[in-house]
Amino acid sequence: MSKQKIDSRVNFLGVEFPNPIVLSSGILGMTATSMEKVITSGAGGVTTKSTNISGRDGNPCPKVITYEAGMLNCYGLTNAGFLNEKNEIKELKQRRPENPVIISIFGFSLEEFEQIAKKLDQTQADLVEVNISCPNVKEETPKPFACLTGMPRQVVKLVKKNTKKPIIVKLSPNVTDIVAIAKEVEDAGADAISAINTLGPGMVINIEAKRPVLSVGSGGISGPAIRPLAVRMIYDVYQAVKIPLVGIGGVTTGRDALEMIMAGAELVGVGSGVYYQGIDIFAKINQEIRKWMQKNQVKSIAELVGAAHR
Amino acid sequence: MSKAIKKPEQPKIYKVKQIIQEAQGFKTFRFQGKMELEAGQFIMFWIPGLDMKPFSVSSSDGEYFEITAMKIGDFTQAMFNLKVGDQVGIQGPYGRGFQISEKNNIVIMGGGCGIAPINLLVERAQAKNKNITFIGGCRNQAVFLKREKIAKLIKNCYFTTDDGSFGEKGFTTEILEKLIKKGQKIDQILACGPEIMLYKCAKIAVKNNIACQVSLERMMKCAIGICGQCVLDGSGIRVCKDGPVLSAEKALTSPEFGSYKRDERGRIVKA
Repeated sequence: MSKQKIDSRVNFLGVEFPNPIVLSSGILGMTATSMEKVITSGAGGVTTKSTNISGRDGNPCPKVITYEAGMLNCYGLTNAGFLNEKNEIKELKQRRPENPVIISIFGFSLEEFEQIAKKLDQTQADLVEVNISCPNVKEETPKPFACLTGMPRQVVKLVKKNTKKPIIVKLSPNVTDIVAIAKEVEDAGADAISAINTLGPGMVINIEAKRPVLSVGSGGISGPAIRPLAVRMIYDVYQAVKIPLVGIGGVTTGRDALEMIMAGAELVGVGSGVYYQGIDIFAKINQEIRKWMQKNQVKSIAELVGAAHR
Repeated sequence: MSKAIKKPEQPKIYKVKQIIQEAQGFKTFRFQGKMELEAGQFIMFWIPGLDMKPFSVSSSDGEYFEITAMKIGDFTQAMFNLKVGDQVGIQGPYGRGFQISEKNNIVIMGGGCGIAPINLLVERAQAKNKNITFIGGCRNQAVFLKREKIAKLIKNCYFTTDDGSFGEKGFTTEILEKLIKKGQKIDQILACGPEIMLYKCAKIAVKNNIACQVSLERMMKCAIGICGQCVLDGSGIRVCKDGPVLSAEKALTSPEFGSYKRDERGRIVKA
């Protein structure tokens, strides 16, 4: 078979990503250098660790454990606050202007979302991810906003009103009907959806210590175990909305990423996969995708988005 | 295509077998079990219900292993309250340890609580019959960890204290410079201690073209290279995964080495 030209670029909300693999929020996204390393390791773009205005300590350790099928974490939205984040993004954009940066934001109330939304245009981030689905901060919010009907609409409207940047809303899998929430955020003006955040929370008990291992008892589940759920949710949401999707959940190989793209994702998030495949996972996945495209004579990623629906 | 199967990262429960009072402010916790590791690698020490923190292993003989801690905060206070028979969790080992040279003449340097992992390194280098020179430094005699044990094991020992209460008054790096000036043959320098000591060590080693490895300390959370808490500016090195032991050259590629580090939230603080 003759070598053909493969185009891995993805135009997402008018922002060009050199390839469809992006770093998901929460992994290696604390500093400019850390994110630059992820880009050097092959990611098309990066999502920062979620930030609020004032910063936050997060939970004690153990915050991360793995089990035979995946990983649980209860970081609890540790971050150094908005000002710090703004500077790290500035630094990163200076070093890697060609790679899009998505700033992930959170708030524990509508007021907090409004405060940070007002400052978003001061940053050099290309896109905004609105995290309304962290399952690990139960002390502040009885439930993440993504799990309360009506709340996602209010958050989206508020953030949209206060920034010119396109917003991606990150949804929770821990709902009865993710499609209903997806339609709600689309209707409220969201520019895109990313799904899914971690599942659960789940729990692992150490049977010798006779107690949960994670410091706060439970934590969001990620990694290979949740991939089929994430693929199904992207598949269902793709059918229900017109806005573009970022597919996230347990992707560790090129095959997994292609699956997510065929389900309907334009970009594919990778987070826990760094643990399974090392930091080079981004390059590995891209290589595997290109190889598959070459073999199957597919010229661009766009041809594959939603292919499983046709 | 690549596969994703790994053994679960969870703490294993051990009973405290013995507690040894060391120099002032230090205790050693002894556990029964085989801990296969390189000197300089670290473990995560879990006190169920409280927290989990990284510690180095100070001794390991295949049947028992020891962790030596200095009391500095709430967590180490809780460690100091442990009694023989209490259960704790230990996870690891993690990271990369010291790689002892194939060559013979090794200088091992330890400062303050950095002498804890250096103790295991001394055991390992001795087992390889290396010609060891030890340079140890502490604030004063009372807090000088393992000094008697190391003095017994190694013939060429130099000790320094900030106040001159034991050994020479001054710093370990001054002794190192004197030895180099004197023309002592040094094939490799291995060091663990305060960052300023490591920074000076690395600079001296590079200037004199001597192979050198230093063990860095950064706040760690996941220990498995995913959270980004311990990533060094400049190089992007993950201290928990690519370190904590780094070659002097690698450590010096980061502008934060010897200058600053990051706190719990990721804010910059003085190293």
